[in-house]
Amino acid sequence: MTTSVTSEHDPPGTSAPRAARGWAAVGVIGELLITVGVVLLLFVAYQLWWTNVVAERAADQQAIALQDSWSRPPLTPGGGEEGTEKQRRPKLGDAFALMYIPRLSDKVWGMPVLESVELPDLARGIGHYPESQLPGQKGNFAVAAHRATNGEPFRDIDRLRVGDKVYVEDRDSWFEYTLQRDRIVAPQDGWVIEPVPGEPGAKPVERLITLTTCNPRWASTSRWIWWGELSNSWDKATEDVPAAIKAGR
Amino acid sequence: MYAWLWNHLPGPTALRVLICAVALAAIVAVLFIWVFPWLEPRLPFTDVTVDAASSTGLSTAGDRITSL
Repeated sequence: MTTSVTSEHDPPGTSAPRAARGWAAVGVIGELLITVGVVLLLFVAYQLWWTNVVAERAADQQAIALQDSWSRPPLTPGGGEEGTEKQRRPKLGDAFALMYIPRLSDKVWGMPVLESVELPDLARGIGHYPESQLPGQKGNFAVAAHRATNGEPFRDIDRLRVGDKVYVEDRDSWFEYTLQRDRIVAPQDGWVIEPVPGEPGAKPVERLITLTTCNPRWASTSRWIWWGELSNSWDKATEDVPAAIKAGR
Repeated sequence: MYAWLWNHLPGPTALRVLICAVALAAIVAVLFIWVFPWLEPRLPFTDVTVDAASSTGLSTAGDRITSL
C-alpha cells in the first residue's frame, strides 16, 4: 500500500516510485557483487590451473631448445671444452642445464634450469641464483623454484628424504648430488646460498647444491631449504648416461 | 543491470545468446592475458623474491631467497 504512493517531491517526469528505484539499485549492487565473485573465481582458476599450463609448456620449449643447442657445437670459442671449474657463465635468463630428481619425477625430470630467479623466468623452469656457482663447481649451486602455481616444480619438496639424488645435466657433464639436510628458514636468510652456507667469505672445499622454495606451500612466509653434496659426475663425451636416468622416471 | 543489457541487445534470442557468449569469451581472454598476469606479482601469493638484509658478502642486488 505505502509503496505505491509517489512523493510530491519527486522531480517531474519520474513516474517510478522511490521504493521501486531503491530496489532497482539493490539489484544492480547485487549483480555487481556477483560479477566480482565470478571474476575472483576466474582468478583462482588462472592461478591454480592456467599458470601451470603455460609454465609447463614454456619449460618443455626451453628444454627442447637447450637439448637442440647441445647437439650443435658451442657458439663461442672456448666454451664446452674447458674443465668444470671454468664453465662458461650462462647469459641472464638463459636455460643452461636440465634437472632430474627421481623422487620428484612427476615434475622435475628434464626440467630446464635458467640463469635467473626473477618471476618471469621462474615461470619457465627452475631458477639458478646467478651469484651462486655452476653445477659441479666448488661452492654452492643454488636454485629456486615454485612450490605452487607457475609449473610448481618443487610441489612435493616435502617428500624428499636424506640420501635422495638430484641429477643435473649440462652440455658436457652429468652431476649427481646427494641430499644431506633440510631446514626451514626466513625469507631474509640469504646465507643459505653462500658458497659455504653460514660462513661468509669462507673458501669452499665442498661442491654443494641448495634447493630453495616457499613454505608453507600456499604462503610465502618462510623458505624450505635442502642442501646436498656432489656425489658423482660423468663426462658425456666418454661416459654413458647415469643408470638412474637411463632407467627413466 | 544484466536485464537492461539483455533487453537492449538486438535481434532474436539466438543472436543475443551468441553476442553474450562472444562478449564473455572476450572478457575472460582480456582477464587471462592482461589483467591477471599484471595482478599476480602484486599479490602476496606469489610474492616470492625477498631482499635479504644480511651482510654476507654476496652481491647485494641478488641476495634473495626465492620462492613460492
